[in-house]
Formats: sequence, C-alpha cells, structure tokens
Amino acid sequence: MTVTVGWYMALAAVLFSIGGVGVLLRRNALVMFMSIELMLNSVNLTFVAASKALGLIEGQVAVLFVIVVAAAEVTVGLAIIVAVFRRRATANVDDLSSLRG
Amino acid sequence: MAETVVFVIFAVVAIAGGGFMVTARNPVYSAMGLLTAMFSIAVLYVVLDAHFIAAVQIIIYAGAVMTLFLFVIMLIGVDRVEDRTEEIPLQRPLTAIVSIGLLAAILLAGRQAWITGTRILGDADLSGTIENVADELFGTWTLAFLATIFLLTIAALGTVALAQFGPAGLRSVASSAEDEPEEPA
Repeated sequence: MTVTVGWYMALAAVLFSIGGVGVLLRRNALVMFMSIELMLNSVNLTFVAASKALGLIEGQVAVLFVIVVAAAEVTVGLAIIVAVFRRRATANVDDLSSLRG
Repeated sequence: MAETVVFVIFAVVAIAGGGFMVTARNPVYSAMGLLTAMFSIAVLYVVLDAHFIAAVQIIIYAGAVMTLFLFVIMLIGVDRVEDRTEEIPLQRPLTAIVSIGLLAAILLAGRQAWITGTRILGDADLSGTIENVADELFGTWTLAFLATIFLLTIAALGTVALAQFGPAGLRSVASSAEDEPEEPA
C-alpha cells in the first residue's frame, strides 16, 4: 500500500478542520491565533504534496511566501493582543465584544 | 512500505497534537501541542522530498514563531482559568456541525480529484533542495521576493507603533525605553 497524494490532502483537511474548531470554540485570543497557525500549516502541506505530485517546484516557493506572510501576521497579531491586554487586562475575546476603545 | 509507516505515525502524531492544542486548558500546553503538530508536518515535508521547506518549517515556525507565542503567553499570564461557559446559545453543536460538514465536504470533493493537472510540465523526481528552490525563487519570483522584504519591514514598524500606543496615547520614545516592544519573528 503506497502513500498517494490524496492521503496528504486528507490529513491536511483533518488538520484544517481541527484548526477551525479551535477558532470557533476557544475564547482565549492566543489559542485562537495558534489554531489559525495550524490551519496555515495544513494548507502548506497541501502545497508541498501537490508540488511533489505534479513535479513542479512552484508549490514549495508558494509555501515559502506563506511562511513569510504568516511570520509577519504573527508579529502584528501578537502585538495587537499585547496592546489589548495592556488596556483591558484580558485576553478573552468575550470580554472584548464592544467597539469602545 | 517505509513511507506508509512514517506517514501513518506522523499523521497520527500531528492530529493528536492539533487535538491537544484545541482541548488543553493551559495556553502553554496548547503551544506544546501546536509544536508537536508542526514537527510532524516537518517530517512529512522530508518524506515529500521538500528538504529546504522542512528546515524552514522547523527554524521559523518551531523556532521563532513558537518562541514569540510562549513569550506573549508568559507576558499575559498563564495562571488565568478560562471561563468555559458559552455565552452564545448552541455554539458547541453549531461548531460541531460546521466543522464536521467542512471536513466531509473536503473529503467528498477529494474523492473526485485531489489535484487536477498532469505531470507533463513537471519533473518526475523533483527534489526540493535549496538549489532548486532558490533557482525558482530568485529566477522567476524575484519581484514577489522583494515585496516580502517590504512586508516584513512594514510589519516590524507596525509592531513598534502598536507598542508605542498605550493607554496614555503616544508616549515619547525616552519614557518608553524601559519596556521594549518585542522583536519581529
């Protein structure tokens, strides 16, 4: 039994769904953010699997760009979480439901 | 055969790490679960002959990003108990329906075709070494690569700007010298 590209795609789908559950279910902003990272990672796995299946290196270049954008996103997102925490002393998104500053 | 064994082991570890991340009460445990999943995905990259991407995954995600996450978790405080009572009615059943529906939709769509396209264009035994990736990155995608430089610079500037806007508005640089903003990843 050989591992086909579909196995990797199915694994990525499962990981993406787990990340989606984390975003929908958790209230801690940091854990929600980590779930988004897991979703990005699962999409990267599909890129690499498709790159291998089609024999094209472009998929791995796309993964590099996704990783760069994810690193920038983590930097800004964590800075926002820290800024909100300094103002409100909470990282729970239920406590941040009003738009008042 | 060996590939099957490695795939099954690390797929199970990745799913277990992801599930642990979602269910753990302590954010530090969640970070460790995510780290486990990322290491497993890096192993799968090696199986797929994407050696450079695997190294980047470990250095950037497991190294820089997770360190930044742990830093912020420690800064915000790990001893807070998360309130688990739902304020939106039916949130958990709706979450289960939406996520299981999403998974089922993806898997059913994948039964038709995971990838459309043929191998006519590509190289049959592709290897994602630094040389191959760099040829493509600096040959075809130079402009996009340069754009990421601007993106990272702007992200670093934005982080510093966010750290400057406190409850008292924009503070002077001299008075905020004691609390440095965190470094970009």
